[in-house]
Amino acid sequence: MIPSSFEYHRPASVSEALQLLQQYGEEAKIMSGGHSLLPSLKLRLSEPGHLIDISRISDLSYIREEGGVIAIGACSTHNAIGKSALVQEKIPMISQAALAIGDVQVRNRGTLGGSIAHADPAADWPASILASEAEIVVAGANGTRNIAAGDFFTGIFMTALEENEIITEIRIPIPPANTHSAYLKFPQPASRFALVGCAVMITRSNGSVERARVAFTGVSPSAFRDNAVEEAITGQAVNADSIKAAADKAAEGVDIMSDHYASQDYRKHLAKVYAKRALMAASN
Amino acid sequence: MGIPINVKVNGKEYSQEVEPRQLLVDFLRETLRLTGTHVGCDTSGCGACTILVDGNAVKSCTLLAVQVDGAEVTTIEGLSKNGDHPLQEGFKEEHGLQCGYCTPGMIMAAADLLTNNPNPSEQEIRHALEGNICRCTGYHNIVKSIQYAADKMQGKEVSHG
Repeated sequence: MIPSSFEYHRPASVSEALQLLQQYGEEAKIMSGGHSLLPSLKLRLSEPGHLIDISRISDLSYIREEGGVIAIGACSTHNAIGKSALVQEKIPMISQAALAIGDVQVRNRGTLGGSIAHADPAADWPASILASEAEIVVAGANGTRNIAAGDFFTGIFMTALEENEIITEIRIPIPPANTHSAYLKFPQPASRFALVGCAVMITRSNGSVERARVAFTGVSPSAFRDNAVEEAITGQAVNADSIKAAADKAAEGVDIMSDHYASQDYRKHLAKVYAKRALMAASN
Repeated sequence: MGIPINVKVNGKEYSQEVEPRQLLVDFLRETLRLTGTHVGCDTSGCGACTILVDGNAVKSCTLLAVQVDGAEVTTIEGLSKNGDHPLQEGFKEEHGLQCGYCTPGMIMAAADLLTNNPNPSEQEIRHALEGNICRCTGYHNIVKSIQYAADKMQGKEVSHG
């Protein structure tokens, strides 16, 4: 399969990329790792006249600690994030989500910024980005702004990103020391995308849950925080019964996807199962 | 409009003009005539087109040739001079192939694994091959072939399966 013709641009800086984006407007597409974009170009689902390759912009690939936050450059690959000792130590869920994506070849090229900009409803990243209450830093013609993860994913392949903006960084707050987190998913066996993926972050004090963050991907047209599960486990002692009771509240009152891989009922069932497993995993 | 790229493939420098939409796998197979890299699914699922870019396994059907400008590419043809890399020997000794279509991709994915993890467990080998599909269902012997190579590369005595 061969994509339609396009002009290729490889800007050396974010400002140069923004200028190109301004110049070509709707005709332009930003490419980072290209692992969502290239397949759609090959299927001609997308036929941009101009491709702006930002993957060589060196100041978009980094993972560093900045005063209570892990700052990840938008073009960092899934593999770089998953293998980062800093990420593994501070927020294991983020490393687990990175290493749950596709396969090693995909993780060597695909990037965090590219994945969340694409906002595939079955992508792994959105659940843990929501559960960790990350901020997405975007650059545009009028400067930069930070978008809270909760405001970022707006629908199927839809985000709060404006047409002339580029994601530059993802900022993940480092949780308190008494926090445990986990990301678990049921992969679609062929594509490895998440039929259901659940990210959980639990902060405990004196044996009970002080704060819980639970988010799902793959279940709805857009990833979402599951407030009912969070509320049900908050204030509870962590044990098999409290976890089961909370997990049983998963995916209530949300629009659940149905396709030839999984019916609505089956997805909802998987959401409860994976909420339970992820809560268990984050309780050790 | 052609874009000039400089790329080192299997140790040899190439300066070529490529059409921006040309896939890396087509550049390798059709421009450089390195047909050892296969195209299976053409949708980044099967891993037959796996090669190394700067030492990392990637699927060359899901890269553009322009994206490897300045990079170092290794294909199955460049793994050894005489086809005697321990992985190639392993696949031969342990009957790691039937039809052979997936084999170059399997070997290149395994090369990435053994660079990062010289002594992988069976489970780690199977996990590392998640992105490579063998239609002949030959996984068992593929795993044994990679174990053979890992042993050989570490100077251990190799056992024949």
